[in-house]
Amino acid sequence: MSIDKFLTIRSSCVPLPVENVDTDQIIPARFLKATTRDGFGENLFRDWRYDKKNQPIKEFVLNNPAYKGKVLIAGKNFGSGSSREHAVWAIHDYGFKVVVSSFFADIFKNNALNNGLLPVRISAEFLTKIFNAVEAETDTEVEVSLEEQKITLLFTGEWENFEINPYKKKCLLNGYDDIDYLLSIKDKIGTYEAERSN
Amino acid sequence: MFDKVWDSHVVTQIEGGPSVVYIDRHLIHEVTSPQAFAGLDRRGIMVFRPQNTIATPDHNVPTVNQHIPIQDLLSRTQVDKLKENAQKHKINHYGLNHPYQGIVHVIGPELGLTQPGMTIVCGDSHTSTHGAFGSVAFGIGTSEVEMVLASQCILQSKPKKMRITIDGELMKGVTAKDIILYVISKISASGGTGYFVEFAGSAIRNLSMEGRMTVCNMSIEMGARGGHIAPDETTFNYIKGREFAPKGEEWKKKLAYWKTLYSDEDAVFDRELNYNVSGIEPMITYGTNPGMGVCITGSIPAIDTIEENARASFQKSLEYMDFEAGSSMIGKDVNYVFVGSCTNGRIEDLREFTNFVKGKKKAENIVAWIVPGSRQVEKQAIEEGIDKSLEEAGFVLRQPGCSACLAMNDDKIPEGNYSVSTTNRNFEGRQGPGSHTMLASPLTAAAAAITGKVVDPRDFM
Repeated sequence: MSIDKFLTIRSSCVPLPVENVDTDQIIPARFLKATTRDGFGENLFRDWRYDKKNQPIKEFVLNNPAYKGKVLIAGKNFGSGSSREHAVWAIHDYGFKVVVSSFFADIFKNNALNNGLLPVRISAEFLTKIFNAVEAETDTEVEVSLEEQKITLLFTGEWENFEINPYKKKCLLNGYDDIDYLLSIKDKIGTYEAERSN
Repeated sequence: MFDKVWDSHVVTQIEGGPSVVYIDRHLIHEVTSPQAFAGLDRRGIMVFRPQNTIATPDHNVPTVNQHIPIQDLLSRTQVDKLKENAQKHKINHYGLNHPYQGIVHVIGPELGLTQPGMTIVCGDSHTSTHGAFGSVAFGIGTSEVEMVLASQCILQSKPKKMRITIDGELMKGVTAKDIILYVISKISASGGTGYFVEFAGSAIRNLSMEGRMTVCNMSIEMGARGGHIAPDETTFNYIKGREFAPKGEEWKKKLAYWKTLYSDEDAVFDRELNYNVSGIEPMITYGTNPGMGVCITGSIPAIDTIEENARASFQKSLEYMDFEAGSSMIGKDVNYVFVGSCTNGRIEDLREFTNFVKGKKKAENIVAWIVPGSRQVEKQAIEEGIDKSLEEAGFVLRQPGCSACLAMNDDKIPEGNYSVSTTNRNFEGRQGPGSHTMLASPLTAAAAAITGKVVDPRDFM
């Protein structure tokens, strides 16, 4: 099964300058009861986004109409805590294609890459620059090129390269699926099992 | 040690990419598996090696009245779906009321499923618990669960290696939980990201298997991919005779292999840290990540001691907790006490708590939930009379599950309340929307339960 190919993205940004955003904030446990992957975007950042009476909290960035786009910019150590892939599904379902931070938690990063959500790790300095630019002009745009592994702040032209595992890059660019690959080497896996039991 | 286990499980290496790593044990539960099974259905394939996967419901289950159908329909659907998927794919399933049911990370070790040198994964970040036996064990996402179900393998890049050597003799009233809270308070909630950690040193060697599990369990709370401890006689004695432990000749063969699992003298680590825990006190957290911990007689740091770029997050955290920077932890109000979870829901934890509260009375302002980690823990607690001793002191032993650790079932701490909890995460709303969590050991939880406040358990010992 193929997944969507990742194309170059040019978009305005949604800034979330908070550090250590854990996956319990991204999607609280009480919303993990579904048995499908759909619809989690509705509860993305639920307890920061809505109050007890389910009214939108005006101050929260997702409720601020000035900020929209496919790129979420967040403080360091994003996605820490629980391994719930639902966190990635929620971010993706909401409409984000890229998350930018100066530091990602390991499991979150893997989960994101497995779902076509690109985690872009940049320096703390460049992250501050983007936050400042977005604060000054809410419609500040960035361009994220996976091919060139480059993120550019379009207003100023400043850019930075980011790292990605070459295998994962190829998968995302071509829409390859890991499980198709694993199924294709089943014989090899069988041989490994046989050799080990000897 | 990490390389010994990892390298022997690499089926093939993708050029410039991750390794294809063979998985010996795969644990699944109701919350992170349904979408993976749906993926197999879409592909029209069955589970590749069903005998290597074990299923049990834990995250969502009620901790009272487990004999009647689950009232929450969504929870029930997930639990039913797990059973249905397990049956369809011929996976061993320990459902509610089965004598082996319990929290995945509690039942793996107690059934002897967890063994040194194995690769173990589960769609749950606290899979690191199993590292206590010298395995390579880590949490994975649902897409990866699907990979394992489909091929018994996972694509994974080899992490960097860190060794944390912890020496010294613990003072009375200081436990494994305090060691790990202390370490995380030193290296922060992200200090281990990108690394697999080996815990070593005399303080670790002197811990029981259950204590070692508590330490490895919380490796993820410093961001580490996993944590493990070289197996020794303590490990072998724990495993011997358990349901799925090797027997007879097989035991001898396995034991010989297990004894080779240690880090050689010349082993190289990407990072090495050393701590001495001789002088540490019981620990407690004050903030909204597990790195925000202090010793029990200590104070919350003053704002000017926090690095400038971290101040905003620190302040946000204290605002959420409604605590003042610089204030002391002793004497803070507590309304809830929770003992349980994959961190501290095993028999030694229940014993520790019960021995402390025996002959005393639960404070009137406290609601306490004492939740065993598994059916077997519950059974043993009843055999030892722990349930009776708890009742005499005003507590009730509930039924096994993850419970208020993540509050997916009905065990939610109401908004605005403060809990002292033996669990692993103090994130905003983790134990229920608007709940405030202070992480601590079962002893510190016991002391809070009888006084209704944060107190030093050593004052009562």
